[in-house]
Amino acid sequence: MLEIKDLQVCYGSIMALQGVTITVPTGAIVTLIGANGAGKTTVLRAVSGILKATAGAILFNGEEITNHPPHRIVGMGVSQSPEGRMVFANLTVRENLLMGAYLRKDKRHFAADFDYLFNVFPRLKEREKQVAGTLSGGEQQMLAIGRALMSKPKCLMLDEPSLGIAPLLVKTIFSKIVEINKQLSLTVLLVEQNANLALEISSYGYVLETGRIILEAPSAELRKNEKVRGAYLGGA
Amino acid sequence: MTEFIQQLINGLSLGAIYALIALGYTMVYGILRFINFAHGDVYMVGAYMGFYLAPSIMRGFGQKSIASGIVILVAAMAICAALGIVIERLVYRPLRNRPKLTVLITAIGVSLFLENAGQYVFGPDPKAFPDIINDHAIEGLGDLTVTVSQVLVLAVTVALLLLLTWIVKKTKLGMAMRALSFNPVAASLMGINNDVVIAFTFGLGSALAAAAGILFAISYPSIDPLMGILPGLKAFVAAVLGGIGNIPGAALGGVLIGLVETLVVGYSDTIHIPSTYRDAVAFAILILILLFKPTGLLGAADREKV
Ligand SMILES: Nc1ncnc2c1ncn2[C@@H]1O[C@H](COP(=O)(O)OP(=O)(O)O)[C@@H](O)[C@H]1O
Ligand SMILES: [Mg+2]
Repeated sequence: MLEIKDLQVCYGSIMALQGVTITVPTGAIVTLIGANGAGKTTVLRAVSGILKATAGAILFNGEEITNHPPHRIVGMGVSQSPEGRMVFANLTVRENLLMGAYLRKDKRHFAADFDYLFNVFPRLKEREKQVAGTLSGGEQQMLAIGRALMSKPKCLMLDEPSLGIAPLLVKTIFSKIVEINKQLSLTVLLVEQNANLALEISSYGYVLETGRIILEAPSAELRKNEKVRGAYLGGA
Repeated sequence: MTEFIQQLINGLSLGAIYALIALGYTMVYGILRFINFAHGDVYMVGAYMGFYLAPSIMRGFGQKSIASGIVILVAAMAICAALGIVIERLVYRPLRNRPKLTVLITAIGVSLFLENAGQYVFGPDPKAFPDIINDHAIEGLGDLTVTVSQVLVLAVTVALLLLLTWIVKKTKLGMAMRALSFNPVAASLMGINNDVVIAFTFGLGSALAAAAGILFAISYPSIDPLMGILPGLKAFVAAVLGGIGNIPGAALGGVLIGLVETLVVGYSDTIHIPSTYRDAVAFAILILILLFKPTGLLGAADREKV
């Protein structure tokens, strides 16, 4: 479904990604793990069209989307919950979700989608009329995911949904990700520093180190891999 | 007391015009974090559009009829909206990722261009704005002098403010404006085409400036190509006073500047400030805000990103 081929991205003269290849099959949860600064966010930003690829290709359902404008990529069915959540703090929860549905023309289906989301994240229902800036970090993360879902994506990319959130809530959010993946048969590309949990819920994983994929394997194997255990799973 | 109420009414109708212009400054600042110094000149173009269109529109819709008034207003607003969109597209968009100072200096260039092109195209001499309404003092108010044009200025301003509030609060594009002003990257991740929203914002602000130009010309029927400079600067001060980037703030700031200016002129003998200093009032206010409350009356603290 989503194919990233030999992707290169530069910030000025610094090459942040030096040929990254990742494949996300339809319906799967694939994870991209790596330390802070490895280039994970850069990958997602390039897929979303916010950063320009200097070389390589990004294909979605076989169609090339490399360097398309962000709104076209969302329109094709690839959305993302960005690092740091980036909810619109000046808008209400409901308005944030409506912004997620910005490109959709089928207004009459919104009510059902709101129902679905509020069922998955009841906290959002309670806070519906509240300004998003007043939400806790965990609630904002739910909102960011919900907002990305409101575009009815075929492929959802999540950038560190565990960042800065209480461990208990992280568990809940990850179980919701699995739930959504199953119920909507949604393809998920999950970027995480929290490799433990990410490898638990994904079927396949990639390890990114300073702009290169150094390892890839089914998640169960990665969890047993010595190197991964040492560097990303707290050495246990 | 009558005297004071009279001054308030005069100040309010002047302030309404500043408020309409100030909204354009503040909306553009809200999404692009820069001051469009050419905005006052769009107000001037609005007045001239009214000047040129009025005769033929009044032939079609009736001399001094309400219909004519509305058509003149809407036509000038539409033309200036297009002008604002063209300016953004041709001048500001290519500079979108350049340093703010570059864009600011360019805006001053656009302003000078419009002022000089105005002198060339419209002629440098003041022109008498045609009578598009039956302006006279409303009877039965005792010693108060309230003119039809004053009432009209206030009524149109209130109507436009309500319309703007509805657009910003309730429509999809208005919501996108607010989203974009908070975080442009997140906005584009929603599928919002930021270019469209930015163009829309310029169009909206320019249309309001055109409305201000028409309303001014109805009240003070002499227009010239440099008429936008001072009201433009005062409206900019109004936007800063209200809290730049804050829409209700711009409206409030405009009204306050209009009121203070009128009161200073009206009571110049009592307070020993010569009425010829009227234009200095706004700038004195600007210095005071920058010293004591740089975020403005309604501005949030996190908005100092010039
Ligand atoms: N806007 C930027 N300008 C310059 N360098 C950047 C920018 N954003 C990220 N980088 C650099 O690119 C590398 C990858 O960053 P990033 O993709 O954010 O990593 P990750 O998400 O894995 O933590 C880092 O070395 C970072 O310093
Ligand atoms: Mg990151």
